Amino acid sequence: MAFFFEVLIGGLLAGVMYTMVALGFVLIYKASGVFNFAQGSMVLFAALTLVTLLEHGLAFPWALGASAIVMLVVAVAIERVVLRPLVHAPPMALFLATLGLAFVLEGLAQLVYGTQVHGLELGISDAPIRGLPVEISKFDLFAAGVAAALVAAIGILFQTTRAGVGLRAVADDPLAAVAVGLDLSRLWAIAWGGAGLVALVAGLLWGARVGVQFSLSLVVLKALPVLIIGGFSSIGGVIAGGLIVGASEKLAEVYVGSHMGGGIESWFPYVLAVGFLLARPTGLFGERLVERV
Amino acid sequence: MSSETAVWTSPSEGESAGAHTRAPVRKSVPLAVVRGAAFVVVAALLVSLPLLVTDYVLSAILVPVLALALAGIGQNLITGYAGQLSVGSAAFMSVGAFATYDASLHVRGLPLLVSFAFGGLVAGLVGLFFGLPSLRIRGFYLVVSTLAAQFFVVWLFTKVGWFSDYSASGVITAPKLAVAGFDLSSPGGHYWLSLLVVAPLTVLGRNLVRGRLGRSWMAVRDMEIAAAVVGVRTGRAKLLAFGIGSFYCGVAGALWAFAYLGTVEPHGLDLDRSFQVLFIVILGGLGSIAGPFVGAAFVILFPVALDQLGSALVGGSVDPGLLQNVEKIIFGALVILLLIKQPAGMARLLHIAWIRISRWRPRQA
Repeated sequence: MAFFFEVLIGGLLAGVMYTMVALGFVLIYKASGVFNFAQGSMVLFAALTLVTLLEHGLAFPWALGASAIVMLVVAVAIERVVLRPLVHAPPMALFLATLGLAFVLEGLAQLVYGTQVHGLELGISDAPIRGLPVEISKFDLFAAGVAAALVAAIGILFQTTRAGVGLRAVADDPLAAVAVGLDLSRLWAIAWGGAGLVALVAGLLWGARVGVQFSLSLVVLKALPVLIIGGFSSIGGVIAGGLIVGASEKLAEVYVGSHMGGGIESWFPYVLAVGFLLARPTGLFGERLVERV
Repeated sequence: MSSETAVWTSPSEGESAGAHTRAPVRKSVPLAVVRGAAFVVVAALLVSLPLLVTDYVLSAILVPVLALALAGIGQNLITGYAGQLSVGSAAFMSVGAFATYDASLHVRGLPLLVSFAFGGLVAGLVGLFFGLPSLRIRGFYLVVSTLAAQFFVVWLFTKVGWFSDYSASGVITAPKLAVAGFDLSSPGGHYWLSLLVVAPLTVLGRNLVRGRLGRSWMAVRDMEIAAAVVGVRTGRAKLLAFGIGSFYCGVAGALWAFAYLGTVEPHGLDLDRSFQVLFIVILGGLGSIAGPFVGAAFVILFPVALDQLGSALVGGSVDPGLLQNVEKIIFGALVILLLIKQPAGMARLLHIAWIRISRWRPRQA
């Protein structure tokens, strides 16, 4: 039984990391109804920017601030160049455009910053804390804390600030939102800027754990089932989705995968997500109906 | 194949064939005669290509272009015509390749083309299965189902040794290529085999999308509720799009494995290949049969051209990693640009350019 809990906790902690990436998606989806495939590339871009600045001798707070500014600039540029001309395009065209954007960002990040793997040291120990019945490191606790803080901050911003309410209006009905005088392009830039900052935080934590490298852009793929299970438009749902995906894929790998040759982690979350889609298309906490046929 | 095929087979042939088509139309030669003549010229050119170009062009450019174009047609039937997003085309290609291999392995003396058809059929069934969620969900949520297909298929062929006949690395080797007693193991033979498979399927695809089924696909794509109201059986249409599109991908996968690479391993047909096929369709033209050919030619030729350009500019060989990143940026930017400016893709751009050129007359003073 202790082993079961060990696997479970490990999965839940991995789930926290997925949540971090998935949050960026929800921000953009809530604001514009776009599934932003480039979120993973933004994580890579942000992490590479930060690491490169650090390696050039910048102090951590300055490097973090500079990376944040870079991500905001990137977000505004994306809004101007990609989204604004596609305002009236069907959702599929927008999705495909973010796919193109992912390629541009990945290419650009590696062109500017190089392709080698960078280490990122946050000074938080990743060794298990002594005296606990299960293996948890300080870093795990830190990551969970950051994720919780991010979720809380985004939730509060969406509920209380003027921009947050505007974003919800735009997501609900863009035409009506524009009709009552909301500045659509400004709100989109805010949403993408927010997603850029979330990507920076995710890149920071993922980069510290696995190293800053190309594979960071692939976490986007694990965030997809997280979103489906949690519900695309729910910030709280992302946490639940992340935890479910993290825990179930580790448990499935250990208890089922070992009988099937292993490696089922690679596809299990997607099959789970398809199951959720068929049984509960809005996800666990989704507020709106997914278009059903 | 009509005169419009001349536009996409290759611009250089298009000009020679076009000289026969456009000008005489004005002098009211029957259109059917013109089209027939153009068809004969183009067909003769395509068949005799191995005598005209080098083996390198045949095996490194023409064969992969044909295979990827076929996969692109499959993707386009699903995405461009029926409006269902799929990022699993490489998985269906993989299923087609392995099914073809297993069929030719376990059934002695099975004709090559029959095993190709079998591979396509199995891929079609697998595509149909992963298309089932399209009955209940819509839009980019389908990405999840096709992603599941993509990752599951790679895992399956890596882990279950039976499919690759228990070869240690999971890599399969192509059987001997021969059709009706003709040995097709030369580069020219590979090309002819690809042409023999791709040409009829292209014509079939063109007829499909112009017929009842194609129209029901487009109706589902443009407005599903309206389609249902006017009596289109939307569920059937979507499943058929997945089934038939995946059949095309499956046959393309068999071509890719046997005519182009001569071998295939599961990771060779991964998510990146799916994206490549998707890009072929977007760049070439969503909702077009000619588009995938233009897109595939671009995807294969562009890296070669970029490499040449790079070494010409620098005056030596360029770091391949650098080129790869430049290539990525340009591909991504082109996808965005085309989605904004011309969603019908390069095929439409070429078509427009062709019409402008052919209608151009010097102004009379």
